[in-house]
Amino acid sequence: MSLDIWMRENPLAYVWLGSYAVAMLVFAIEIAMVVHKRKITLQQVRLMQEAGDEE
Amino acid sequence: MAINWFKYSAPTTFYGLAGKLIPWFAIPAAVLFAVGLYIGFAVAPMDAQQGEFYRIIFIHVPSSILSMFLYLIMAGYAAMGLIFNTRLSSMMATAMAPTGALFAFIALWTGALWGKPMWGAWWVWDARLTSELILLFLYLGFIALHASIDDPRRADRAAALLAIVGSVNVPIIYFSVKWWNTLHQGSTIKFTGTTMHVAMQQAMFTVLVACWLYAIAITLTRVRSIILERERHTKWITELPEVKQ
Repeated sequence: MSLDIWMRENPLAYVWLGSYAVAMLVFAIEIAMVVHKRKITLQQVRLMQEAGDEE
Repeated sequence: MAINWFKYSAPTTFYGLAGKLIPWFAIPAAVLFAVGLYIGFAVAPMDAQQGEFYRIIFIHVPSSILSMFLYLIMAGYAAMGLIFNTRLSSMMATAMAPTGALFAFIALWTGALWGKPMWGAWWVWDARLTSELILLFLYLGFIALHASIDDPRRADRAAALLAIVGSVNVPIIYFSVKWWNTLHQGSTIKFTGTTMHVAMQQAMFTVLVACWLYAIAITLTRVRSIILERERHTKWITELPEVKQ
């Protein structure tokens, strides 16, 4: 009930925090995950290469 | 001089091309997103009936469109991989699935946020909402199925079948508002025109283009990691400058 009153009193804050902030957070998490995945994959490839060189 | 496009269907050549293309999509995406939000919040007027709440559409509509289109493109790539046995097509399909799922999630989330003040409910089992939720489950099913099979080529084939079968859901989402009596409104923008204020249209289309550019940039970045992972035993990967570092 209190959320109902708050959203009607602060519609712009509701729209911003509820949808745009969440969407941007989702995009930021996706970007961070993709960058992390690339770092990890590169590390794995380098490790494999080093292991191959030592053999 | 004619460009041999087939050359770029090989992971070897596409890896470098994708790396060069990423900033050309990522930077305009960020700029257009900021411009779209500025128009949407500072220029576009308040809606007479919905008040400020209507401004959710500037992210809700582009996310919904992207979630549907990305699924069709993903299914197209998966089908190409299945039919022609092209490695890159399957890799592209795998790279697109998480982004499509995120857009489907944003569409559902922002829809719920709009539904509460407008309909008085976060969720209703309406045909449009339910079919969009099924789309999110199809994306998650594709990702889970692919991840559950160790052999990547077998995983590609199994996930491709799911993607192809699931593509029947996309026209259902689109036409659901015409085929059934839904609480969700019909299309505001039609081929015959629209009654939307011009600033609202500008904001929505700018964010739509930004979302497209973002989706392309993130897919290209993800597919580069997939190529690295799958081709790690090949000689060309070991010769890459980023691997040699």
